[in-house]
Amino acid sequence: MNLLRFAPALALSILVIPLACGLLGTILPAFGYLPALGGSTPNLDAWRSLAAEPGILRSTFQAFAIGLSATAISVLIVALFTAGWYGTRLFARLQAIVSPLLAVPHAAAAFGFAFMVMPSGFLARLVSPWATGWQAPPDILIVNDTLGIALVIGLVLKEVPFLLLMTLAALPQVPVRRSMRFAQSVGYGRVTGFMLTAWPTIYPQIRLAIYAVIAYATANVDMAIILGPTVPQTLPVRLAVWMSDPDLSTRFMACAGACLQIVITLMALITWFAIEKVFARARNFIALHGFRIQADLWTRWLSATAIILSAVLVFGGLAILAVWSISGLWQFPDALPQSFTARTWQRTWPRLDAPIWTTLIVGLAAIAISVTLAVACLVRENQTGRTGGSRALLMIYLPLLVPQIGFLFGLQLFFLASNTNASWFAVIMVHVMFVLPYVFLSLSAPWRAFDRRYEAIAAAMGKGAWSTLFQVRMPMLLRAILAAAAVGFAVSVGQYLPTLLVGAGRFATITTEAVALGAGGNRRVIGVYTFLQMAMPFIGFALAVMLPALIFRNRRAIRAV
Amino acid sequence: MRSNPYLAAVCALATTLTAPALASDIKVSDWDAISTAADGQTVYFNAWGGSEQINDYIAWAGDTLKERYGINLVHVKLDDTANAVSTVVAEAAAGRKSNGSIDLIWINGENFASMKEQQLLFAPDWVTQLPNWQLVDFETKPTVTVDFTIPTDGLEAPWGMAKLVFFHDSVRTQTDDMPDSAEELLQWAKANPGRFTYPQPPNFIGSSFLKQILIETTADPSVLQQPVKDEDFETVTAPLFTYLDQLHPNLWRSARAFPKDYPSMTQLLADGELEITFAFNPAEASNAIANQLLPDSVRSFTFSDGTLSNTHFLTIPFNANSKQAALMTANFLMSPEAQLRKQDVAIWGDPTVLAMDKLAPEEREAFAALDLGVATLKPDQLGPALLEPHASWMGRIEMEWAKRYGVAN
Repeated sequence: MNLLRFAPALALSILVIPLACGLLGTILPAFGYLPALGGSTPNLDAWRSLAAEPGILRSTFQAFAIGLSATAISVLIVALFTAGWYGTRLFARLQAIVSPLLAVPHAAAAFGFAFMVMPSGFLARLVSPWATGWQAPPDILIVNDTLGIALVIGLVLKEVPFLLLMTLAALPQVPVRRSMRFAQSVGYGRVTGFMLTAWPTIYPQIRLAIYAVIAYATANVDMAIILGPTVPQTLPVRLAVWMSDPDLSTRFMACAGACLQIVITLMALITWFAIEKVFARARNFIALHGFRIQADLWTRWLSATAIILSAVLVFGGLAILAVWSISGLWQFPDALPQSFTARTWQRTWPRLDAPIWTTLIVGLAAIAISVTLAVACLVRENQTGRTGGSRALLMIYLPLLVPQIGFLFGLQLFFLASNTNASWFAVIMVHVMFVLPYVFLSLSAPWRAFDRRYEAIAAAMGKGAWSTLFQVRMPMLLRAILAAAAVGFAVSVGQYLPTLLVGAGRFATITTEAVALGAGGNRRVIGVYTFLQMAMPFIGFALAVMLPALIFRNRRAIRAV
Repeated sequence: MRSNPYLAAVCALATTLTAPALASDIKVSDWDAISTAADGQTVYFNAWGGSEQINDYIAWAGDTLKERYGINLVHVKLDDTANAVSTVVAEAAAGRKSNGSIDLIWINGENFASMKEQQLLFAPDWVTQLPNWQLVDFETKPTVTVDFTIPTDGLEAPWGMAKLVFFHDSVRTQTDDMPDSAEELLQWAKANPGRFTYPQPPNFIGSSFLKQILIETTADPSVLQQPVKDEDFETVTAPLFTYLDQLHPNLWRSARAFPKDYPSMTQLLADGELEITFAFNPAEASNAIANQLLPDSVRSFTFSDGTLSNTHFLTIPFNANSKQAALMTANFLMSPEAQLRKQDVAIWGDPTVLAMDKLAPEEREAFAALDLGVATLKPDQLGPALLEPHASWMGRIEMEWAKRYGVAN
């Protein structure tokens, strides 16, 4: 068990060292220093060419505004929904419906959403021509709109489930029911009472998750390719294009752009701090003046509608895409195809096995490493009795707080220097960077809640530390471990940018193929890929539920743990 | 998909900059030696991967090559051929004279011009020594040996013929109402706002549309056959941008968004969002009908004063790792068997580069027996072929386009 001493340090270095290297490898070339490409004297050329790019200001502002508004809307929906409905049957039901949304990769959700709302999409077909009179789709810019509204909605669809689950994890540590009952007994409306009493204690616990959402939303690439503006594209999308441009001189500019992206994300975070302050002031103002605000029914229904709508849009869209994958000719305004055919699947299937295998191998390896490390760290935590506190938590969150595009490109350099670029090792390790935080976060709560008296009994019966771990704790926590692994696998399946950049485009996964093909607009093929993108994480979650039931089929007590 | 240029760049540390090797110890005429060496080699074929039908065709070619010659064909799917060119440039800069990461490129136009000029191509005149070259129609198809005004000099093997052709759905719009020139197209768009668009340049098809308009509107199109001159550029292209300024408010989504490529436009035609679309393949509509992507009421039309026309090619970089297998692959793709399959509208529908009178009688019959498809114009209905401008025009026009229209106002 002595070896475990190094586990936390190892886990942190896997998360933090690549991040530091990646940032260094981005910042130096941005100022002209990259000897391998002939840049040895520091200069500002990269910034000059960046500034000369047409529409760069607009692209930059879009990234900032879209990311920030998507985060704000998501937090608002989650806060109002929890405030308005926590403890009700509707809350439990909707929570069950929304949770699986978390497993849907961003790209798949974006496709599903797009095919619902575009002018020739399913919603328009449902009401045409009988209600709208549209024989042809109206010429309305919905998806790829220049303001990025479609992209904001797309991001909200994916971030609401994430923030909702983080909030749910925080709720048990807060006496919500008691404080709400108290607030209501002195006349506060349900929502106001919750926001004044419970929310201030919940918020600090989900703050890091919100920052992660800001970082993701301001620097998102895959959703922006599908839903975002095209004239010009947002900054992260343009960066991704420059970074895969083999014209070497573009690399310096790409690095400068990546630095700009980091600054933008940072500014979004700073703006968020300001928003936090304003809200705290508003809260205090309301509390001090004793405004009860009982007329809150509309906010309750608004938030519930938003949640229901997000589930309908994503799952409805994905179902429609599945239908596209087996459809023959399907013209506007038909709500269903004229004919069905297995042709798309037959034609696509032979080319699917390589991406499926790559997805599986990378995902399984990443969760094996991540789960081992997470368990090792947690065991070490039990040994020392110290959790590492908020600083360790920040470290774990760190890869999620820095925009991916800001350091992945620089990270490539270091994999190159060690001659491991575009290798399985590099791709798996960069997946671990993003999988490990999620695995750790989802495993730590049940691990810490484990009743240690079981271990005390085992020790009393003469079991050593290792056998107690493997024969008592791990079997009893098997369900939690598998659930954490399933979360990790879903995260790995959804990774677009890390796979593309560190894999140098040679590691085609279901997600990279889906995004590459997706822009081409062949809905039948997109249907096939998004179906698989969804199916793979779901199979993971299904196994996580079924395996413990199977293994412990004759141990009722463990099944209930 | 594409090799990492950093890798090449890091190699540059160790190697000094050297001009790419031009000499080659491979004798293209010694076909037996080539086929022996090709057995077991892997060909990294860098080709645009945005069309499922074309990807399927390349996959079929790979299976056949594997079975007959033991060649592994790997389709590296590009979204822009310029990326393959830049990879070779990077490798050359890094002094990587062999073991290049690309063996075969689907290419034409400015990409070929750039590689030829920088001497990045497998150098001997290998194309005319391929056994199947004897079947190619280099007498009556001038674009088979002159690519965007640049002589091919046997450095790229013709693979297929392309011509700009427009499509509409005859159920929704009448063939007689279709425009017959760029000017009529503009009038049509004004009368039917929101029902026409083009892929966003630098997409190849989008840029080709710009060239078609440029040729039709500029005062003296013969200037376009010469390399672009800075002092001329503004005057020559002014009519093009005047045209686009008028066209854009009447485009699909008022030009605030563009489709990514021509398959997206085909989908938009099926959806009824667009009434006129186009492709660089006369059989595109028939192919889409055969694949149930379009209704069988779609028909083709061209302009009676001609539309842009060219040939697309296969070329081998100077540092290709599997030159013998690449040669075998190029030769196979020019064979009557592969060309016949390629021209079948149910597969791809890409017109052949072969001369019918040079084929064996049964091969000729097989070509004649191909059903062109209900939406494909007969060769004599396709109208005159307009020659591509010199390769240097495109980059300039794309840059200007991005400045004017690539930033929403």
